[in-house]
Amino acid sequence: MTNVLINVPRTARKGEVIELKALIMHPMETGFRPGTNGTIIPRNIIERFVATWNGAEIFSMDFSPAVAANPFVSFFAVAEESGTIAFRWTGDEGFEAEESVAIDVA
Amino acid sequence: MTWREPRRRRAALLGLLGVFAGSLALAQGGADRGSVDGRRSSYREMGPALQRMQDDDTANPGMLFVQLGRQLWSRPMGVAGKACADCHEVQDMKGVAARYPAMADDAAGGSRPVDLEGRIGLCHAQHQQSEPWPAESRDLLALSAFVALQSRGQPIAPPDDPRLAPARAQGEALYRTRQGQLNLSCALCHDDNAGRKLAGITIPQAHPTGYPIYRLEWQGLGSLRRRLRNCLIGIRAEPYAYDASEYVALEIYLMDRARGMASEAPAVRP
Repeated sequence: MTNVLINVPRTARKGEVIELKALIMHPMETGFRPGTNGTIIPRNIIERFVATWNGAEIFSMDFSPAVAANPFVSFFAVAEESGTIAFRWTGDEGFEAEESVAIDVA
Repeated sequence: MTWREPRRRRAALLGLLGVFAGSLALAQGGADRGSVDGRRSSYREMGPALQRMQDDDTANPGMLFVQLGRQLWSRPMGVAGKACADCHEVQDMKGVAARYPAMADDAAGGSRPVDLEGRIGLCHAQHQQSEPWPAESRDLLALSAFVALQSRGQPIAPPDDPRLAPARAQGEALYRTRQGQLNLSCALCHDDNAGRKLAGITIPQAHPTGYPIYRLEWQGLGSLRRRLRNCLIGIRAEPYAYDASEYVALEIYLMDRARGMASEAPAVRP
């Protein structure tokens, strides 16, 4: 089950620099830790995060095993047009999560 | 090195101290939050970055668990197929977390003090007739975070129930008992040396104002019980079993000690 918290302003002025924040629930298991029975817990991390604005990519990043559990990403973008901002996380074990918010640019 | 240089350095150092004291006074003027008649929430011992993380509901990872808890609140569970929402209104949960631990009737017909997680566990078993949740399981913590959030900002108000008195006394005795290989009691650190440093970390006054907390060291949400186990391991004592009544006794004493301080669950702690 996907559990995501997004913080994006609902409205912005054209040309304004806005901050976009995204928090997602994920264990980010490193693949280096032994479990209680001594065997290594298999790696289970988010591998990639992509944000798009009306379909055009505005931000992306690769995650590594060193990233903390429940990763929080914050970045900036210039507001150019009204529409939909979509956030997409993909990772190990077929993990996929997507969340989108509407923004009104005037 | 001549004699004059250190004197100049001392003057510069004094100047710096003045600047530091000035900025400290400014910072404290704006941040009275988390302090009641000299008692300080450990919120106040954190840096500004972590304080902002706790205060921003879209940056506080504890809110992910709250969101999960909100879904669990209205999900029918167990043989009875009942959801929490079938018996309780969310707005009635305001101030509830600030009153626990409290007395509860158990299945055997007796009554005993339980903490919030214990109360949720009893509801889960008795009214929803569900398999009990393991201690510190994600769903139990999520529900307790959701219930605790309803009391955010409310003063901690332990009930004046005389039946709680023996457990509170036991809790206080435990708090003052030296134990473990390091032979320390809770009081030695959190009463006698609170505010001083232990390996670079400020020793907090140990007021449980924000449980369940999202602790960065844990990479997850955890209960006051887990925190107490951490302390016991830290003084190299053998922790009590997860279901031991000693934890509830300690929790009753600690909540009484924090009476009147504001609830801030789900808090973020390093």
